[in-house]
Amino acid sequence: MAGAKEIRTKIASVKSTQKITSAMEMVAASKMRKAQDRMQATRPYAERMRQVIGHVALANPEYRHPFMHARPVKRIGYIIVSSDRGLCGGLNSNLFRTLVREIRVLRDAGTEIEFCTIGQKALGFFRRVGGKVMAQATHLGDAPHIDDLVGTVKVMLDAYMAGTIDEIRIAYNQFVNTMTQKPTVERLVPLSEGDDADQLKHHWDYIYEPDAKEVLDGLLTRYIESLVYQSVVENGACEQSARMVAMKSATDNAGSLIDELQLIYNKARQAAITQEISEIVGGAAAVS
Amino acid sequence: MAMTVHVDIVSAEGHLYSGQGEMIYAPAVMGEIGIAPRHAPLVTQLKPGEVRVDPGSGKPHEHFYVSGGMIEVQPFKVTVLADTGVRAADLDEAAASEAKRRAEDALANSAADMDLAKAQVELAEAVAQLRAIERLRKGS
Repeated sequence: MAGAKEIRTKIASVKSTQKITSAMEMVAASKMRKAQDRMQATRPYAERMRQVIGHVALANPEYRHPFMHARPVKRIGYIIVSSDRGLCGGLNSNLFRTLVREIRVLRDAGTEIEFCTIGQKALGFFRRVGGKVMAQATHLGDAPHIDDLVGTVKVMLDAYMAGTIDEIRIAYNQFVNTMTQKPTVERLVPLSEGDDADQLKHHWDYIYEPDAKEVLDGLLTRYIESLVYQSVVENGACEQSARMVAMKSATDNAGSLIDELQLIYNKARQAAITQEISEIVGGAAAVS
Repeated sequence: MAMTVHVDIVSAEGHLYSGQGEMIYAPAVMGEIGIAPRHAPLVTQLKPGEVRVDPGSGKPHEHFYVSGGMIEVQPFKVTVLADTGVRAADLDEAAASEAKRRAEDALANSAADMDLAKAQVELAEAVAQLRAIERLRKGS
């Protein structure tokens, strides 16, 4: 019965793996709920910010901030939001695939590309395939803070202001629902012309302290940071839900694997018993 | 009843306060300001300090610590966009160079030019693996 023991060990090992994956599934499920709450919580800030910027921009038509002014695009900077950890299905691969497809088209058109990565996975990816990474941020944890992103975003914004890059795009996973995450690439800067201009009937004549330009600069920088932060939080929710789904299927797979192994084990045991009996019967027949 | 103004205090990481106030005190860069209803429209930056909201009718004041941000005042609406961390030009600059340095450290030995073919092969592999897993699951 040499085979039976091996199979038993195998079953034990698959069982302990199953315990781990089901624990990870439950952890991911609870983290996902928290991440979704966080996602909701970030919305009011960006909305208010957009309103204020809309008001201020409308009240100051003569001052056009560079962030609002499109120019011919020769170089594009990408901010890539990825997860820090793996075991979350095809989440990061799908995002990178969307990105690579887009970059291939851009590169054929002669546009140069620079990157800025958030999360360990994107960094690892560019380390393997190469690419000009200007800045990075990793280990943001489950509850990312906007302060951790300020530096990374500033590198991009500075490059934009200096004219090194002409457009900033952000790539992240959009949270559709628990089962679906949509890899998305969006333009961040220049800001697209808001369609809410019609809604702004009120034309406030603001008092600015210290002055309009400084106020608008501060507002826009914060607005872009908050958009990046939103993407990071959303990507976090995607990560947890993708992990939950991946771990659920891993647990199911382990379950069916155990069933199969159990069947093989039973057969092996039965075969051994049958053989033993026939040996005994054979032996007894020989004696008598 | 005394006149009130609607106050919203939001930070990038969440919503802090929403309600009516008779008076709002905020630490603006040019000095602390007090805002009563029907204040002239104003947009200003805040420095680290305390935002206080007096909800009126003898209720206790609401206190919030902000580490900077923006305040927008309209006659019947006040919006405080609070920062969660301390912000200053030189601090931001330090954070930016730190982010750059991290990228340089992490990618010291990798090519500056992106190898698209390699990237596609790698991703194709990853996707193929996922598909295989998917098929296995359906098959069993």
